[in-house]
Amino acid sequence: MTLFFAVLTPFVGAALVALVSRLGRAHSAWAAGAVTLAALAWLLPLFPLPFEGLTLVQQQDWMPALGLNLAFRLDGLALLFAGLILGIGLLIVLYARYYLSERDSMGRFYAYLMLFMGSMLGIVLSENLIQLLIFWELTSLSSFLLISYWQHREEARQGARMALAVTGLGGFAMLGGFLLLGHIVGSYELSDVFASADHIRAHPLYVPTLALILLGVFTKSAQFPFHFWLPHAMAAPTPVSAYLHSATMVKAGVFLLARLYPALSGTPEWFWLVSGAGLATLLLGAYTALFKHDLKGLLAYSTISHLGLITLLFGLSTPLAAVAGVFHIINHATFKASLFMAAGIIDHEAGTRDMRRLHGLWRFMPYTATLAMVAAAAMAGVPLLNGFLSKEMFFAEAALISESLVGGWLLPALVTLAGALAVAYSLRFIHDVFFNGEPVDLPKTPHEPPRWMKVPVEILVVLCLVVGVAPAFTVAPLLAVAAAGTLQAPLPEYHLALWHGFNPALVMSLVALAGGALIYLARRPLTDWHERGLGRVDARVVYNALLQGTFALARGVTRLLDNGSLQRQVFFMLAAALVLGVAPWLAGGTPLTGDRDGLPLDAVSLTAAGALIAATFATVRWHRQRFVALVTIGVVGLVVSLIFVKFSAPDLALTQLSVEIVTIVLLLLALYFLPQHGAPERKPARAWRDGAIALAAGGGTAALAWAVLTRPYDTIAGYFLENSVPGGGGSNVVNVILVDFRGYDTLGEITVLALAGLGILAMIDGLRLAAPSRDDGGRSWDPDAHPAIMATLTRLLLPLALMVAVFILLRGHNQPGGGFIAGLITAVALIVQYLANGAEWTHQRMPSDSHPLIAWGLGIAALTGAASWLFGYPYLTSAHGHQHWPVVGDFELASAMAFDLGVFLVVVGATLMILLQLGGLHSMPRIKKEKS
Amino acid sequence: MEALIALVIGVLTAGGVFLALRGQTFPVVLGLTLLSYAVNLFLFVMGRLAIGVPPVISAAAEGYTDPLPQALVLTAIVISFGMTAFVIVLALKARAELGNDHVDGLAHEEDR
Repeated sequence: MTLFFAVLTPFVGAALVALVSRLGRAHSAWAAGAVTLAALAWLLPLFPLPFEGLTLVQQQDWMPALGLNLAFRLDGLALLFAGLILGIGLLIVLYARYYLSERDSMGRFYAYLMLFMGSMLGIVLSENLIQLLIFWELTSLSSFLLISYWQHREEARQGARMALAVTGLGGFAMLGGFLLLGHIVGSYELSDVFASADHIRAHPLYVPTLALILLGVFTKSAQFPFHFWLPHAMAAPTPVSAYLHSATMVKAGVFLLARLYPALSGTPEWFWLVSGAGLATLLLGAYTALFKHDLKGLLAYSTISHLGLITLLFGLSTPLAAVAGVFHIINHATFKASLFMAAGIIDHEAGTRDMRRLHGLWRFMPYTATLAMVAAAAMAGVPLLNGFLSKEMFFAEAALISESLVGGWLLPALVTLAGALAVAYSLRFIHDVFFNGEPVDLPKTPHEPPRWMKVPVEILVVLCLVVGVAPAFTVAPLLAVAAAGTLQAPLPEYHLALWHGFNPALVMSLVALAGGALIYLARRPLTDWHERGLGRVDARVVYNALLQGTFALARGVTRLLDNGSLQRQVFFMLAAALVLGVAPWLAGGTPLTGDRDGLPLDAVSLTAAGALIAATFATVRWHRQRFVALVTIGVVGLVVSLIFVKFSAPDLALTQLSVEIVTIVLLLLALYFLPQHGAPERKPARAWRDGAIALAAGGGTAALAWAVLTRPYDTIAGYFLENSVPGGGGSNVVNVILVDFRGYDTLGEITVLALAGLGILAMIDGLRLAAPSRDDGGRSWDPDAHPAIMATLTRLLLPLALMVAVFILLRGHNQPGGGFIAGLITAVALIVQYLANGAEWTHQRMPSDSHPLIAWGLGIAALTGAASWLFGYPYLTSAHGHQHWPVVGDFELASAMAFDLGVFLVVVGATLMILLQLGGLHSMPRIKKEKS
Repeated sequence: MEALIALVIGVLTAGGVFLALRGQTFPVVLGLTLLSYAVNLFLFVMGRLAIGVPPVISAAAEGYTDPLPQALVLTAIVISFGMTAFVIVLALKARAELGNDHVDGLAHEEDR
């Protein structure tokens, strides 16, 4: 997994660099350089492979069922890009060391830079498309951090946000495209994608796939109409711009074009979409660059234009055009990186980037000026420099293609115009900045930069020259292997040379050079004309309007559904549930009543049900007289437990009964602090609306219950009934399910109960509530807080109640009972002591802290489960055995009973804690009163 | 009998829903309590109605009702107690912090 380690190195290095920065400013630069070299060292031994015509694929299964694998690929194209990323990265590291000022955090800068470098490496070395996309998104994120590096600057934050929004949106579209591509091919591996190229192009989903992937490419590579983010990203420090906009970030888009070229190209859709966007971008970028007064702005639009050129070349879909595209990627990376660095030096030494003020710098920094002029000449496509060669190939291809197109003369004419514009803005860069009079009001007196700051520029400029003069001896092998990696096919016949004879391409070059000079001479009237017209068009306005519109829409939708009113939320939820519940019923035509025979009615049931219904009505009717409502709701709960008794559920009946008592006590305690009477309804109409909803919900639930009850059903109960005694060692099947079959659920449930108790503890802590000294009727509370008869009786009852609880707990495995019920009974027994005797009296006689109970309970339950590991069984497997004790007699003892003990302790602990905390609120003011 | 149980569940649901839609905290807690009765009963009767056949294994038993819904409902009862307790304490806390007992924490009862 050498490739994987190469990609991983910068990510690990990012943390290292950030750490090292504490030792000193220069340390992180050294560390970043070392990390870059380390990544290069992983790759270097592998670099000969593509030159031997081999493609290296390293794969590690991750989620093979989903087609997601850790897969890396090194072919010619990946090699070229990995080399560019690391090579130029190294130069940037060196350059930034001198560029960043004392105030800038070196560690943060280099850490971000390393993150970005790793993400880029991940993109170009990925074999798996989904993995590629992950790295793609990582470049968006890390470039966001880099662009917003000067966080205190408004335009840096805005530019970073815009870049993230646009490229993030594109990445999202691309995810869709990749998923479609994976669907078509049946695999996300690039090798498989290349193998089924014809199948992809013939597939009905080809066009949407292509469109989505191109959205990702165009946003990343700043193609029209998504080009507007790139100039705003110039708010980044110049080393970042030099890196992101020459060799990396924006090249990721054209890299993907090249990567998927064998699979997607060659169709009319590809031709028109890709070359159309490329041509528009080429012209627009070149045109706008001419009128930018900011040095970096000019370079930014020039970058857009050159990216358009590369895109156009790939769009043309001929093998030779693709070779030219790859060649221009190399050349653009070298001359644009050096130009950005030169612009950074000028900015650094002169204090401004405004070309209306920068003039005549030749006198101050002749050395830097020479370097910048050579690089700018390469950008213009002047012979003897690398830019000339690839531009010549580009012109030749454009001329060739035009022969087979209707209105074909237009394409060569337009690209020649773009070439002329490029010459014009390059001339402007050279002439305006280094000559053309005296500098205007510069903040500093410019001078040559530190020696080592120039080295990266020198290296790149020398490369421009060497490649331009002797392409066959320098760049040719690299270009050949990269182009072969792009085409995934044998290379077309081409010849790298300065002189190809007198051909259309040469004519176009000459016209462009001459036209560029003319355009530059006419720049003043042209600038006036531009600033009156097109210059006022700002894509950012459209972008902001779109963004604001999206936000407004989102806010509107949110406000429509959620205005902060719980009542409205509940209403929407219930209404939605009603619609969803009723609609299929109306559509289905299923009869409401099934064919299962029912049980006969009897008078007792009828009476009990009548009591329940009457009590429910009373609760609703008198809910504003809260004490009354509490009494009636108690009646409802009692009848519910009677229903459980009636229909063969003794465990439920016991639980419901004890929970009912605890709940009513709890609500009583709470009611003390709430208004005793509810406020009258302010809008009677709302009561009617809610009444209608309530009736519909009730009717629907009743109908549903009826429909289910009158139908026969299949149950899995047989398994539990058969295995309860032999498997679980208990004859109370409900309890065995709770503590054995579904023990894990129960463990979760007692945890929830414990958490509820702790949550309540946290809420009540520090809570101060005014305790009313009189009740609602104006009567003062009974001075006899603890009546003697009640106190005496409950004290007598306590041991009895505890004994019942223990009995219920022990027999729970075989007879109705168990931890939940026993816990509740114990809690009730103890709470009654508090009620009858007062908190103070009770606290003196028993520990008041119930936390340990909860902890012990959870601990016992969890450990019982873990104990089965000791015997090599899965968690919570229970063991049981037959026991004979004197007096007690024969009985089954199961390990699940220990689990039930845990349940018991948690229930006691949580219930006591909840009620005692509430009760504690009561005693507080009273104690104060006694003191006063 | 099935119709009666369905009616009981329906009435409990209707009462619970109506109270849960009120604006003050206490009736909402009552409504949630009623709703949990309804839901527990509903879940319970999914095992259909059967009289005199509790799911406790014994030689003398004539048959057994479905134990699974019972086990589910048993924990549901305890959990709904925990929930009720939590909500009512939340209501107390809201009253202490916001000075009123409206579910939206509005200072004066103003329906939105």
